[in-house]
Amino acid sequence: MSDLFPKWTNRLPLYAAVSGVLAVTSVTAAVWYYFTPKYARVGYQPLQPVTFSHATHADQLGIDCRYCHNGVEKSWFSNVPASTVCMNCHVQVLKDDPRLALVRESAQSGRPIPWVQVHKLPDYVFFNHSVHVNRGISCVACHGQVNHEDEIRHLQPLSMTFCLDCHRQPAANLRPPNQVYNLDWQPASPEKQLADGTRFMKEWKVESLENCTTCHR
Amino acid sequence: MRYIFAVFALLVVLVVSVAGFRGQMSRRPPIELFPDMVRQPRVRPESYAEFFTNGFGSRLPVAGTIARDAAYQDLPLNTGRVPGTTNFVELSPVPMTAELLARGRDRFQISCLPCHGALADGKGITTKYGMTVIANLHDARIVQMGDGEIFNTITYGKNLMQGYGANIAIRDRWAIIAYVRALQLSQLGARDDVPPAQRAALR
Repeated sequence: MSDLFPKWTNRLPLYAAVSGVLAVTSVTAAVWYYFTPKYARVGYQPLQPVTFSHATHADQLGIDCRYCHNGVEKSWFSNVPASTVCMNCHVQVLKDDPRLALVRESAQSGRPIPWVQVHKLPDYVFFNHSVHVNRGISCVACHGQVNHEDEIRHLQPLSMTFCLDCHRQPAANLRPPNQVYNLDWQPASPEKQLADGTRFMKEWKVESLENCTTCHR
Repeated sequence: MRYIFAVFALLVVLVVSVAGFRGQMSRRPPIELFPDMVRQPRVRPESYAEFFTNGFGSRLPVAGTIARDAAYQDLPLNTGRVPGTTNFVELSPVPMTAELLARGRDRFQISCLPCHGALADGKGITTKYGMTVIANLHDARIVQMGDGEIFNTITYGKNLMQGYGANIAIRDRWAIIAYVRALQLSQLGARDDVPPAQRAALR
């Protein structure tokens, strides 16, 4: 029989077991590591048609988020500004710069600049910007420190657990309303944040909403 | 056994080198596992919609229609003019309250501050980057200007200033005017205007 089954075949069951264990653990590990928005979405940094820098405009110049995203307090989505808003300043500032050629053309023709949307929730999630920013949730909570970014990058996973972490404990994230658009603001201490947050929850009647229908309809 | 580990190590290296790590910069759009659920066939705001000939998902009102909340009436509130004439109203139609001033301050700092500056003296940060001829709102010309004319300037712009009618709601424009009046008063005030109790705090 040793011609048919050489001696090493005695160890076949061991090999099979080891391969099996390795395969199962590595596939589990790979799914855990890769099949999540932390991998799929975070780090997305598309090239934009115009090299607009939030760092220059929001940080260096100190322009309020709402100068351009002027619908964010009233609307469920935060609008990309019309090209004419850019032209408020750029009729004079860098008025012949080739980097702004597309903006000038768009403002003149009315054809929108094909900006690439970075933060894009699934269509079965109904997120409302106005409700969040008007109740002390800052832009920075989901978008990160946009005011220090030259190119917008997807920094938070925006997964369901990301939303629920905050919905389960709003007090840890509610800010004074006048600091919502100050992306560099930090609470004085975690204790003060919790105390203030609890007070805001009471005053503004903020509920810890965890029903499916809060976001899915 | 050696071969099993070698093959396994090779596979791990292969997967990691192709797929990379969490949070790595990527120019490609995120992978969506169930595209038909994640991207449903509906119009998203400010997005392309092939249903319409010009492809604009965000629509303009149909010609000849007026939105329910549109400011179409010929009222001083909407136009800044005396109804039936082209004369600007002298005084704001919105009653002055502390809330209006606070709102005006808030809106002024969003939309006006970059050019006109926090003091409305025309020395905003954009002057350092090539903006010229920014009005100093403390000029006698503007102090004496009627509220309605300022409303008109905010709405439609003037000279090199572009109109802000599309960006600032009507009531917010009046709130900004109220706040600008307060700023003007702050520059024109005399020592005697300050209540005696607070005069000591002045330098």
